[in-house]
Amino acid sequence: MIAVTLTIDDRLVSAGDDDTILHAAHDAGIAIPTLCHFEGIADIGACRLCLVEIEGSPKLFAACTTRVTEGMVVRTDTERLRRHRKLMIELMLSERNHVCSVCVANGHCELQDRAIQAGVDHVRVEYLYPKFTMDLSHKRYGADPNRCILCARCVRVCDEVEGAHTWDIGGRGIASHVVTDLSAPWGDSATCTACGKCVTACPTGALFSQGATVGELEKDRSRLAFVVTARKTREWVR
Amino acid sequence: MDLSGLHSIAERERHSRKPNTIRCCAAMGCEAARSRQVRVALRSAVAAAGRQDSIEVQGVGCLGLCSAGPLVRVEPQGVMYQRVTPEDVQSIVAAVDGGTSTAERADLSHPFFTLQYPIVLENSGKVDPERIESYVAEGGYETLYHVLREMSPAEVVDEVSRSGLRGRGGAGFPTGLKWATVAKTQADWKCVVCNADEGDPGAFMDRAVMESDPHRILEGMAIAAYAVGANQGYIYVRGEYPLAYDRLQVAIQQADRLGLLGSRIFDSPFDFRIDLRIGAGAFVCGEETALMASIQGQRGTPRPRPPYPAEAGLWGKPTLINNVETFANIPPILKRGGGWYAAIGTDKSKGTKVFSLTGHVRHTGLIEVPMGTTLRTIVEDMGDGVPNGRALKAVQTGGSSGGCVPASEIDVSVDYESLAALGSIMGSGGMVVLDDSTDMVDLARFFMEFCADESCGKCVPCRVGTAQIYRLLERFVAREATESDLVLLEELCDLLRSASLCGLGQNAPNPVLSTLRYFREEYEAGMASIGASRGLIREPAVVGRPA
Ligand SMILES: Cc1cc2nc3c(=O)[nH]c(=O)nc-3n(C[C@H](O)[C@H](O)[C@H](O)COP(=O)(O)O)c2cc1C
Ligand code: SF4
Ligand code: SF4
Ligand code: SF4
Ligand code: FES
Repeated sequence: MIAVTLTIDDRLVSAGDDDTILHAAHDAGIAIPTLCHFEGIADIGACRLCLVEIEGSPKLFAACTTRVTEGMVVRTDTERLRRHRKLMIELMLSERNHVCSVCVANGHCELQDRAIQAGVDHVRVEYLYPKFTMDLSHKRYGADPNRCILCARCVRVCDEVEGAHTWDIGGRGIASHVVTDLSAPWGDSATCTACGKCVTACPTGALFSQGATVGELEKDRSRLAFVVTARKTREWVR
Repeated sequence: MDLSGLHSIAERERHSRKPNTIRCCAAMGCEAARSRQVRVALRSAVAAAGRQDSIEVQGVGCLGLCSAGPLVRVEPQGVMYQRVTPEDVQSIVAAVDGGTSTAERADLSHPFFTLQYPIVLENSGKVDPERIESYVAEGGYETLYHVLREMSPAEVVDEVSRSGLRGRGGAGFPTGLKWATVAKTQADWKCVVCNADEGDPGAFMDRAVMESDPHRILEGMAIAAYAVGANQGYIYVRGEYPLAYDRLQVAIQQADRLGLLGSRIFDSPFDFRIDLRIGAGAFVCGEETALMASIQGQRGTPRPRPPYPAEAGLWGKPTLINNVETFANIPPILKRGGGWYAAIGTDKSKGTKVFSLTGHVRHTGLIEVPMGTTLRTIVEDMGDGVPNGRALKAVQTGGSSGGCVPASEIDVSVDYESLAALGSIMGSGGMVVLDDSTDMVDLARFFMEFCADESCGKCVPCRVGTAQIYRLLERFVAREATESDLVLLEELCDLLRSASLCGLGQNAPNPVLSTLRYFREEYEAGMASIGASRGLIREPAVVGRPA
């Protein structure tokens, strides 16, 4: 490895010549928004949120898959980049069913975080609302493709870290979707080791532990009577 | 095998020829016009006339004028008949020795034929694609012999660089430069890949070459492999081209048998093998990194470049990947010299280009013309203009990643730079003529539908963006778009262009942007004048089966 020096957002940064821009920026404390990047697995450049400008080229480059070079001048936060990132997040939110209020990941979701950071307060494109069904066949985990953003983090972590390669992506275009084994129910998977790495790696509410969904909340029906009579009996304290 | 061996094959082939040959087009266009029945009828007519010894009926590759098929050409008389029916065949056979046939004669003095400059297609319709002897009789594999015996790999690369040949797969990257990069990369194993995926709607140039002259591709690949130091080749053919696949397979077997592929070719130290791979029919698998993933048995999705295939391609090894037409240009370039080739065409776009001319034009078919031929010459002279008394509106070039050249720019020289300056591209060579009845927004919608269907789904801008642009265009076509839809449309196009991972997404907006540039008023007409509001929720999108 040879040390190189580059400029990121007007700051001189030093990095190894096999480092990615994302890595170099991270080391220098410069945050670039990401979604498909996940430390420890190979980068694929799929979400395109980490796009940066490199001086001398009209093209944009994914920071997670572009290597640094000596003298490179990088900008990570221009008006153009902010505009594109915002629209891309809107596209992701429009693609499936992201009604956060009824999502297991509400408040713990990287897509939500990125949307807040980018200042997305509404979505200008049409919601597509495809009809995907949940897979709750696994004894420990569940999958809701309606929340999936196809970042393939589950696919890579299962393949590269666990070595099981249970997950993959089937279909193409807007009909792409994650599959287990050859599109068999997750619970029937002969390769899944139930290690839960995919669930941990998933940035959204698409993969979750059983029992975590809103629908699985245990309700105490006896409390209903209290709600109904509280006003009459002026009992506001339990 | 050596040169005298080749010569004696050629000699034998020429001697065994019957005095007359009736060539009947067996390529896609004519097959669709039932040329098979004509071929069968011709054979029985020859038999009935007792002329089996003097007349050969030969199925050949594309004869060019696909709109007037089935085409039949009688040699050595050089007479061509069009729209031949089985009823015509008797009179065609009878007219071989003179006299006239009831069949409709094609006018070979028409600019459609006279303005062509066949290099890639020089053997098309001439050689029997299923017999290597037929190719050898036209001088086939002789260039490979001279290259292996008389030139160093570096000299071959120089000659290709001198020719100025640019990749015919779409992007127009200088072929010599690509070869030089692969040649100088050090590795224990390298390979050469022929991109025969040809997924663009309406394009059939590569198919024509594969079906008409498969050995030309093998010879070009062998020369390339020698030049860059590779010993293995792959041809990636799309699954929808079974005839091309069969012909290539037969060609490889024949070349293997004669020692023109395999070990120690022409007794030189050079070994080269070629294997076929079938693609399952995804447009994106024509993109080079997706193609290589597919050959390796993985899901065919693009990956970011660099590293380019020249440095890290198949199995991480240096890989030379070129298009069918690019390889087909190689043997003539090495035979006649790079300088000869460079003298054809324009300053920056050398040589010839094969186009499939289709759409609202009288003569449709496959043409090969020098770069720099004007669009007017192609459409008005060769294509014989727009039929039915209508006026020309635009010419769509470059397929789904291309754009529209408006009628006002019809005098543009057809080369890489001039088309790009008009916001279109050469692409792989599709050329669709559009008359004034064409709804340009609808046309853009058609191409966007194609891109949305063919998007691999890996990256967000392309996967979701094409679907959203398609929905917006639907609103324009239905005349219920709003001012803000137009703003959004342009913003999405900009996003796809700059943020997509591969060429599919980056170029997907081209048809929209170019129609917006020249026919903006048609988009404006698609905007409802008052109060068009979009419903809160529209019907759910139809998607594939969930996991
Ligand atoms: C979406 C997409 C589809 C492509 N399809 C083809 C194809 O069908 N045939 C082809 O030769 N090149 C195709 N290309 C271009 C190839 O990636 C590559 O540039 C080309 O094969 C290189 O050969 P050349 O230098 O001889 O043109 C495609 C590119 C993209 C982005
Ligand atoms: S996955 Fe994230 S963005 Fe989507 S609904 Fe759940 S919390 Fe909201
Ligand atoms: S399931 Fe989760 S980790 Fe897997 S692709 Fe979807 S969002 Fe990414
Ligand atoms: S641009 Fe489209 S085809 Fe290319 S990688 Fe992205 S999703 Fe796939
Ligand atoms: S983090 Fe780089 S493209 Fe997703």
